This record gives sequence, C-alpha cells and structure tokens, in this order.
Amino acid sequence: MRGKLKQSRFEKHHIEDFIGRSYMSLCVLLLVVIIISMVYFVASKGVSTFISGDVTVSDFLFGTKWSPEAEPASYGAFPFIAGSFLVTLLAALIASPLSICAALFMTEIVPGWGKKLLQPVIELLSGIPSVVYGFIGLSVIVPFLRNTFPGQGIGVAAGALVLSVMILPTITSVAADALSSLPQNLKESSFALGATRWQTISRVIIPTTLPAIMTGIVLGMARAFGEALAVQMVIGNAPFVPRSLFESASTLTSVITLGMGNTTMGSAHNNSLWSMALVLMLMTFVFIFLVRLLERRNKI
Amino acid sequence: MKPRTVDKIATGVIVFFALLIVGILLGLLGYILMRGLSHVSLDFLFSPPQKIRAGGGVGPQLFNSIYLLVLTLLITVPLGLGAGIYMAEYARPGRITGFIRLIVEVLSSFPSIVVGLFGLLLIVNYFNLGFSLVSGALALTVFNLPLMVRITEQAFRTVPKQQKEAGFALGLSKWKIVTSVLFPVALPTIITGTILSAGRVFGEAAALMFTAGMSSPRLNFNNWNPLSPTSPLNPFRPAETLAVHIWKINSEGLAPDAAQIAAGASAVLVITILIFNLAARFFGRYIYRKLTASKRMN
Repeated sequence: MRGKLKQSRFEKHHIEDFIGRSYMSLCVLLLVVIIISMVYFVASKGVSTFISGDVTVSDFLFGTKWSPEAEPASYGAFPFIAGSFLVTLLAALIASPLSICAALFMTEIVPGWGKKLLQPVIELLSGIPSVVYGFIGLSVIVPFLRNTFPGQGIGVAAGALVLSVMILPTITSVAADALSSLPQNLKESSFALGATRWQTISRVIIPTTLPAIMTGIVLGMARAFGEALAVQMVIGNAPFVPRSLFESASTLTSVITLGMGNTTMGSAHNNSLWSMALVLMLMTFVFIFLVRLLERRNKI
Repeated sequence: MKPRTVDKIATGVIVFFALLIVGILLGLLGYILMRGLSHVSLDFLFSPPQKIRAGGGVGPQLFNSIYLLVLTLLITVPLGLGAGIYMAEYARPGRITGFIRLIVEVLSSFPSIVVGLFGLLLIVNYFNLGFSLVSGALALTVFNLPLMVRITEQAFRTVPKQQKEAGFALGLSKWKIVTSVLFPVALPTIITGTILSAGRVFGEAAALMFTAGMSSPRLNFNNWNPLSPTSPLNPFRPAETLAVHIWKINSEGLAPDAAQIAAGASAVLVITILIFNLAARFFGRYIYRKLTASKRMN
C-alpha cells in the first residue's frame, strides 16, 4: 500500500507538471530581475552626477547653459527637457484630433469597411521603423518647411510633425477599442431622442469614452517622449531653448544619442547623459501612473 | 445653424481626416518605394558598403539584421511563452500578479534608447561582452519580451473555457492541458503576434547602437565556423544592422551617394516589414485552418 502511494507521487505527469511550473516561474522571475536591475543600474549611474558634486540637481534641471567642453563646464539640461516636452505636446496636439476622427470613422461613421480600411493602415503605420520616419522627415518635411517658413527647416516643428505621424497608430487603436466597447443602448437612446449623429458623438460618445481616449493620448505621448532617432535626425541638435518652432533645438533622447558614443565612461559629461536617461525613465513612470489613474476613472 | 447641417459638416471633417491618414500612409510607402527601389539591385543587397566612394551596398548589414532577429527570437520566444502561460493559466488574481502585470507594462513602455543604455551598462561593460551580436540580442530581448508575454497571455485567454474543463474532466494534469489542449488552439495567434513583433525588432535601431555597435568587421562569407572572427556567424563580433546603418549614413555618411543608399536601405526595410505583416496574416489563418477544420496535426 505504502509503496504504491510513493510510486504514484513520482508518476510521469507529476514530474512534468513540476518541471513546467518551475520553468514558468523562472521566466516570470527573470522579468522581475530585469526590471529591478534596469532601474537600479540606470538610477545609480544617473545619480552619480549629483553625488560626485559636479552638478547640483537644480543646476541640472533648471540650468539653461549646456557647455560640457567649456572651462568651467556647465551642465544645464533645461533646454533638452524643454525640447522634449515641447515636441511631445505639439505632436499630441496634432495627432489627437486626427486619431479621434480616424477612430470615429472606424466605429461610428462606416463601421463595416471603415475598420477594414483603416485597421491595416494603422498596423502598417506603427510597423514602419523610426529611422525610416526620420529619413522621410529629413528628405520631405524639412525641405518643405525650409521653403515655406523662415529658418532652416530643421527644428521643433519638423520633430513634432514626424512624431505626430508616429503616435497616430497608438492613439487611434486605443480610442477605437474604447469606442467599439461602448454599450450600444447608450447610442440608441440618444438617437431615439432625435439627436443627429454628430450630437450623439459629441454629447454622448466622446464624454463617456473620454478617459479611455486620454489613455491613448498619454500612451502616445510616452512614445513620443522616448523616441530617439527620428527626432534626432530632424530637430537640428542645437543646445538652446527654442524661441520659435522653426529654430533648431534638442531633446533628451537626441543629446543622449549623439553624446553617448563620444564621451568616456565616468566623465562628468558622460554622467550627465546618464542623468538624462534617468529623467527619461522617471517620465516613463509618470506616464504609466497617469495611464493607471485614467483607467481607474474609466472603470467607474 | 441647423443640427442637420452641423452633422453633415462634422461627418465631412471626420471622413476627411480618416482619409488623410490613409493618404499619409500611401504617400509614405509610395515615396520610400519610388525613391528607394530604383537604387535596390542584387549588387546593392549583397555587396559591402563603401566608406568614401559611391556604389556601396548593404550586404553585411542585411545579414546582420536577419541573424540578430533569429538570435533574438531564439531567446525571446521560449521565455515569453513561459511567462505568458504563467500569467494566463497559473497566476491567481492578487497583489503579486498585479505587480507582475505592472512590470510587463513598465518594461514595454521604456523608451528603446533607455533599453539600449541599460544594455551598454550591464551587458556590454559589466558582463564584458563588448559591442557584439549577443549583446544586441540580449538588449532586444529586454525590448521584445514584454510584448511576447502579452501576446502569449492574450492568445491563451481566447481559448474557450470548455476546452480546458473538458481536459480536467478527463483527469489530465494541468501541464498536459496547457501543452496539448490549450497550446495548439492558441498557436495561430501566438505565431501572428510573434511575426509582427519580429517586424518591430527588425526595424529597431536605438536599442542597438550601443549594444550591437555601429560597425561591421570585414566578413568572409565562405567561413562558416562560428568561432572565427571573420565568420558571419560569430556571435561575439560587432554587427551594424540595416536600421542602424540608415541612421549612420544620414548623420555621418561620407559617400557621395549616401542619400540614395539611405533611400534604398529604407525601401528594403519597409518591404521586409510589409512581408512580415502579410506573412503574419496569412500564416496565422493557414495554421488556424489546419488546426481546427481538419483533424489535428501530428
């Protein structure tokens, strides 16, 4: 009797079950290890600028003079922080109305073939690599801006335009999901009251799905804020706070892209680039926090 | 204004903007293909790049991109499947599961340049793997893993509950149900998602600049010994991919035909991604038919 029980515990399927479960737990554990080491390494490197005393936090965040090669060097990252926020906000301003219209087109205006038409378009737009967007920005948008507006064409406006196309798919797909999950009877009651389609859209559909649409916009902004190469190629990379939209500027990502390869590890210049990476990381947390906040509002 | 007129105008505006997006995509694709394809030839696809003279190709870069993609998928797919199945079938709702979900979300929204920097710090410098294909593949794993987890989890969740319950009723172990009942049903979705994520990996550049490097050594395509430094298969050599190459020749290219090369390389990149997209659609549908309509494979 005892022998039989013991045998059954080590039957093949028990061992299989155990191995499978351990393997899967290991994979999940790996995810945890990755994120913890990532936050730890980037944060400790990013903080080292301030610990070594080269720069103070307020000089870094609010200093407007970036001249790492000069004597004495100054590491004010405000121009880049401002540049990042400026292109991100502009891109969201351009992309949001377009995306919301696309989502309405897919779900409200022509639900049948509208979705069939726009779904692949959105997928392809999100599939085009960022360097290709940068290349097109450089060879189409920049010459266009140069010929129509004062300035060199490169600058904040070019960056924002390129980014707005890149975040279109993000906002559109989130907004379309939200619109199509809206209960049908809400719309029907509005129509029954004699409202036109636009009245229904503007007074019923948009207000109810607003938190979800905002979620899409925040996700798009997160993508725009972290985008490196496409922006770097068209923004001009001048380390100043831009005074006009057609003036050359820089973002956090563009400075890191250009500087990381040309500075030695451990130098104050290099460390300040890591501090910018830390700012990028912290902003990611802020964006996710906002998304969670909006999702919570969406549930109620 | 009458509400009806307003309605007409608003509808017109919405339709206009929606079609504008379609126009943007068609314009983008048309521009890349028109400008790029005239420069794409067999010679362009297979010859090595030239530094200063015109007429260079993208042979090694194209090979590097494909090889790096294969290496990345070899690491990502098993790990992503494991974590995704855990999230779909084993994780109980609670604090820990919520925390893991948050981790996946955070990991997938980190900017790719931050992932690249993390790779530079940990893999390239700390583990001393240098600018190499392995470093690049590991960085891309960090970049692609959360997506893979999400794809797997969603694929498993779409399997009808009855199938699982039928398995339990037959007295199968959980692992057996996962592998031989749920997995075949979830497979088409997983494959479609994997191919789409492969397209994303193929075009990624920011995470690779500081991990796989921005140079490619002279490769000898007759030498297939993975340990030799000139072999294309050697995973410890630096490898500039197609996407990184486009960025590099745009910002510091010295060849007189740099713009054409960038256009040609962009066209190759975009065509590859188009193929990935179409393949994902058809392959997924094919396997689905194979697994559901006819009797099961194997």
